[in-house]
Amino acid sequence: MSVLVVMEQRDGKLSRMSFEALAAGQQIAGILDVQAQAAVIGYSDNAKIAGVERVFALDDPLLTEYTPDGYTAAIEQLIQAQQPQAVVFPHTYQVRDYAPKLAARLGKVLISDVVAVKAEEASPVFVRQLFQGKLNADVKAASEQQFVSIQAGAFRVSEAPAARAPVERFPVKLDASQIRSKPEAPFREAQRSIDLGAAEVIVSVGRGIKEKDNLPIVEALADVLGAELAASRPICDNGWLPMERQVGSSGQTVSPKVYFAIGISGAIQHLVGMKGSKTVVAINKDENAPIFEAADYGVVGDLFEVVPALVDEIKKVKA
Amino acid sequence: MKIIVSVKQVPARDSSLRAGSDGKRLDETDLTYEMNEPDAYALEEALQLKEKLGGEVVVLSAGPDRVAQTIREALAKGADRAIHVQLNDGTQLDPLAAARLLAKAVEAEKADIVLTGLQSDDLGYGQTGVIMAELLGYAHATIVMEVEPQGDHVRVKRELEDGWFQNVLLPLPVVLTIQSGIKKLRYATLMGIKKAKTKEMKVISSGELQAEFATGLTIERVYVPQRNKQSQIFSGDAKRAAHELAEKLKFEARVI
Ligand SMILES: Cc1cc2nc3c(=O)[nH]c(=O)nc-3n(C[C@H](O)[C@H](O)[C@H](O)COP(=O)(O)OP(=O)(O)OC[C@H]3O[C@@H](n4cnc5c(N)ncnc54)[C@H](O)[C@@H]3O)c2cc1C
Repeated sequence: MSVLVVMEQRDGKLSRMSFEALAAGQQIAGILDVQAQAAVIGYSDNAKIAGVERVFALDDPLLTEYTPDGYTAAIEQLIQAQQPQAVVFPHTYQVRDYAPKLAARLGKVLISDVVAVKAEEASPVFVRQLFQGKLNADVKAASEQQFVSIQAGAFRVSEAPAARAPVERFPVKLDASQIRSKPEAPFREAQRSIDLGAAEVIVSVGRGIKEKDNLPIVEALADVLGAELAASRPICDNGWLPMERQVGSSGQTVSPKVYFAIGISGAIQHLVGMKGSKTVVAINKDENAPIFEAADYGVVGDLFEVVPALVDEIKKVKA
Repeated sequence: MKIIVSVKQVPARDSSLRAGSDGKRLDETDLTYEMNEPDAYALEEALQLKEKLGGEVVVLSAGPDRVAQTIREALAKGADRAIHVQLNDGTQLDPLAAARLLAKAVEAEKADIVLTGLQSDDLGYGQTGVIMAELLGYAHATIVMEVEPQGDHVRVKRELEDGWFQNVLLPLPVVLTIQSGIKKLRYATLMGIKKAKTKEMKVISSGELQAEFATGLTIERVYVPQRNKQSQIFSGDAKRAAHELAEKLKFEARVI
């Protein structure tokens, strides 16, 4: 019996989220009193994984490029051979693409996007967010074998020195005819002309602003602070601000001295882009908005009143 | 081209949410509902594909009676007919159970393309489309931004992390999960609303579909998350709160 952590590589490097999933997997293994193991597809020798009993390296020419069919079949074979009690993934876009399929093939439900694990009588209880973080739910798997994916930033990567785990090659049997999708090379859109990563102060606006015509309200705040303007995704999707001003998992990652989140709810895809900010200020009318969890200072109130008042006050203290 | 769009009705975006008396599920009193936002984009994509290629758009939704309203909205926007998989009030489905029901309904239709949103704004599992594909034996792609039909294939643009994208070629039939914001959503016209009343809405009870209904997980508790971070929160009068915040930013955080 074991807990199997499926880790993800990009350009031959294990991702940070994979190590966070590993930390979660080790905690689950502790609760179940079994050993943790890891699996890596497209193993490269510099994959240094510690704190697990073994690393399975799944290698096959048909796994060079990610496809849901290839990955599902390969990991299914490993699960059938090892019969782990729990299978743990980082909740990446890639995992979103194949792990539900894999779990369903084995008749199980993936408990996706888990933010914490608790123990209840030697079995794990998983905490996941509902309504983009407005509520939490404690969830238990009904099956003996459990599948979970771990949200970015929810677990701390262990820094404790530990011996590098032995690597074992796991042979998979794949046939080209099993793989239906043909992926092309990943690409980026045109180069960005604005580098928000270098900004010291950022005023970021979300859907609370309601209309494009209201943008001058936050622009006034950005002006008085000498700040760059940024936004959550829906604002850029609507074309109210250019895409290159989007902060989040599919936009830019920023770490300014101060980040003002105005009318932004604080969905995880936004938070991952701005969590590194030194000071976070949130203005939101909903006192339960998840953004307040990331904020050092917050104002619960209507942005249409609070922001103009703040502009006046900043002018005063600056004078 | 036959396109099925699977849509979910969810509590409206700015609802104030709390747990019900049993502490295990949402308190649904006083909630209003709307079409899950990513599903609205899936519907828009379906309607635009139909405008380009011809064919039929069938909207599919599972839920209690109130779901009929969301279905009518889809019909008013231009879907041709609808299938309502009727559930008892308060039925909670995990993603596997939901996908089993929906896949049964799709199976009978033999669609070329099944579209749905990449996740729901309520439970947010982000799995239903992917599991449907597995159960139906269809290929699939997630987080789709563009759909370009090419004969018996479809080429899609997928979003990857950190501003990367990837095009993928897939054989039909296929399930695609659609990202929010990829097109401008249309409004229902008065004409559309009128016409919707004459369109076919087939109601199937979940029992009729004979899908396996076992749950793969149990929800033990639903609650408002406890705040861990020591944030300083100002509320009440806006001017006063703004004043206090400005003072803190100047003298404590020293950022202005
Ligand atoms: C794969 C994927 C990738 C994504 N990538 C990103 C990304 O890179 N960046 C990103 O931002 N999002 C991203 N998202 C979307 C993300 O999940 C959220 O939907 C989005 O961040 C919500 O934006 P918002 O906070 O502006 O809007 P909402 O969630 O609608 O929040 C609006 C907020 O404004 C508040 N408000 C309303 N009126 C007022 C008022 N008068 N005064 C004060 N407050 C008010 C409300 O209380 C609410 O909290 C992604 C989603 C997915 C699935």
